[in-house]
Amino acid sequence: MVGQRKWNRRAAAAVFLLPAVLGLLAFQLVPMISSVVISFTDWDLLSSWTKLHFIGWDNYVNVFKDEKSYTSIRNVFVFLIGYMPLVAILGTLLAVLLNRNMRGVKAYRAAVFVPVITSWVAVSIVWRWILNGQSGLVNYLLSLVGIQGPVWLQDPTWAMVSVIAVTIWKDIGFVSIILLAGLQDISEDYYEAASLDGASAWRRLWNITIPLLSPSLFFVVTISLINSFQLFDQVLIMTNGGPAGATSTVVEQVYKNAFQYNKMGFAAAQSWVLFVIILAVTTVLQRLQRRWVVYER
Amino acid sequence: MWRKSGAILLLTTMAILSACGSNKDGSAGSAAPSDTSSASKAASPEATKAAKDPVTIKMMQYTANGGQEETLKAMIKAFEDANPDVKVDYEIVDYANYFTKLNTLVSTDSAPDVFEVGYENFLTYASKDLLLDLTPTIAADTSFKPDVFKKLAYDAFNYNGKQMGVTESFSDVVLFYNKDLFDAKQVGYPDASWTWKEELDAAQKLTEAKKGVWGTYAPIQFYEFYKTIAQNGGGVWDANGKPTLNSPANVEALQWMIDKASKYKVSPALNDDTFNQPDADLNAFKSGQIAMLRAGIWNFGSFKDLPFKWDIALEPGNKTKAHHFFADGLVASKNSKHAEAAWKFIKFMSSDPAAVGKRIEAGWSVPAVSDESVMDAYFKIAPPESKKVVIEALDSLVLPPVGPKPEKWSELTGAVGEELDKAKLGRETAQAALDNAQKKVEALLGK
Repeated sequence: MVGQRKWNRRAAAAVFLLPAVLGLLAFQLVPMISSVVISFTDWDLLSSWTKLHFIGWDNYVNVFKDEKSYTSIRNVFVFLIGYMPLVAILGTLLAVLLNRNMRGVKAYRAAVFVPVITSWVAVSIVWRWILNGQSGLVNYLLSLVGIQGPVWLQDPTWAMVSVIAVTIWKDIGFVSIILLAGLQDISEDYYEAASLDGASAWRRLWNITIPLLSPSLFFVVTISLINSFQLFDQVLIMTNGGPAGATSTVVEQVYKNAFQYNKMGFAAAQSWVLFVIILAVTTVLQRLQRRWVVYER
Repeated sequence: MWRKSGAILLLTTMAILSACGSNKDGSAGSAAPSDTSSASKAASPEATKAAKDPVTIKMMQYTANGGQEETLKAMIKAFEDANPDVKVDYEIVDYANYFTKLNTLVSTDSAPDVFEVGYENFLTYASKDLLLDLTPTIAADTSFKPDVFKKLAYDAFNYNGKQMGVTESFSDVVLFYNKDLFDAKQVGYPDASWTWKEELDAAQKLTEAKKGVWGTYAPIQFYEFYKTIAQNGGGVWDANGKPTLNSPANVEALQWMIDKASKYKVSPALNDDTFNQPDADLNAFKSGQIAMLRAGIWNFGSFKDLPFKWDIALEPGNKTKAHHFFADGLVASKNSKHAEAAWKFIKFMSSDPAAVGKRIEAGWSVPAVSDESVMDAYFKIAPPESKKVVIEALDSLVLPPVGPKPEKWSELTGAVGEELDKAKLGRETAQAALDNAQKKVEALLGK
């Protein structure tokens, strides 16, 4: 009797879990395993899936021989260096602003979040107009103060700057909402106690806000790190990896090799190399976490 | 973290997943209609007529994108009216995304029954055994004679003795010029004797940079490059199929392409954003801002009502003349269950007077039919007055330089294109860029 009921409960649990598990299997596990298999073949996307030709580690060897692998990974690091500190610092400042009790704060919070929920495709296309070197809004505004703006997306240096700026603009809402939640978790008591002890605003920020916000900051840093390595949509639409390969990224290379150059095996190997890089970087980040992240309680 | 990192892998593997999925779907879904058609085909031609259920064939193409959508629609409507037993479910995709989409569909066994390919890509698909051999279907079609097509055009889509499609139309690129701008500056019109030198002389007189009027324009990208080097006696390959990208003739030609803008300033600045947008050069010509433009003859239709006089001429060359030539054909997918319907449709679209007539009226491109009266109709439609130039250009046509490994074509164009970009933006000299391009292409062939 008891055993029966227990079994029933388990069966019910299994039934409820089934959709999620199936989804996970179909959309995560199966593709992941297939991509491991493909990475050891020279599959060209067009020939039959049943006639896979295995070529051992050749694809992995070629990833490390490919000049574009290095430029794309270098571009990703350039992006990371520009993007990460800025999005974290500006996101924190924005969160502090949005945490104040002012009129219409909810409207501001919503406004900041609008770019986050907008599709990257739409955002990229609009920014391509805004950043047009000859007729774009940005250069028009610059011309009003007597500056001749660069041709943003056609200049190998400024193209990356543009991608970084647009990505910050889009992601900052997400970052600041996460940090805002973190801020609201911090008890007022700490600030009261600190004020009684005569701590300045700066001291309160440095010694209370930042440490107690560090778990949220850690989350933000990890997520933006992973997103940076996966930089793709905005690059594909705004610059298509150009000009002259200046904004070519790892995932952009994976996409082009897989679907334009028909080198599916090579692309699969590339994405596994990227996976290992992301795994390594996030592991290091996790280790460092103990040094600077403060957990209450 | 595992899940998050796994998300990237999803990108490359989506195709495989859908391949696994749609294999089942595909066979189950199409089982019903295909059974009837293959059964009736096996029985007898009479049985086909008895089976009244119309078959639906899917079709995908790119040449109608950007102006000829309505023409295509009318041609398909005419086909459906003439063949009530076949319905056509068509899709037009822009050229930039066409092959990515087609390849993904092919890899998931969901390729359209009929699709369009240029000659340069036909070889890739044929060599990978992805196309349907139409030879038996054509043999069974007693009403069809291959000589309705120009022989060369018909044979182009024959691979190892198997007829896998037919040329639907061909097109080339010529020099368009704005007569009003030439008249205003009292410059003589371009003619067949012109070389780059005469073009430059005229362009210098015609350019008014302050008003945004440019003497001449041609984009700097791979397709333009392979033609321009041919005009200078260069080429991508030598006679033995070895790459010769950094030959002196090629370097000189690339330098000329760049100099028109950076040295002589008769073309818009090379980093001009607007001119890097798709079709910007066509729009600039339409608004009277370009005196001489190298453009495809498929633009005749959209240039029809321009408020100024224009005509076409052969492109000026340097050491010799060279003109782009594109042959677009219709082929059927290997997995198509409707070989007969597919052939009927291909035949209609490429040779039936109803379809061909619409193509001509709309100034789309030149059909590959052998009937001279049809061609006469094409030449009669003006503008441009010098329409014969379209045919004269074929005396010096250059085919896309596919090279010894057709399957590397898109990678090759991508790799060389990136180096051309570097030269164009002044990051590298023409010589250095082509040296790098040479190395890249050598590496591509080595693999």
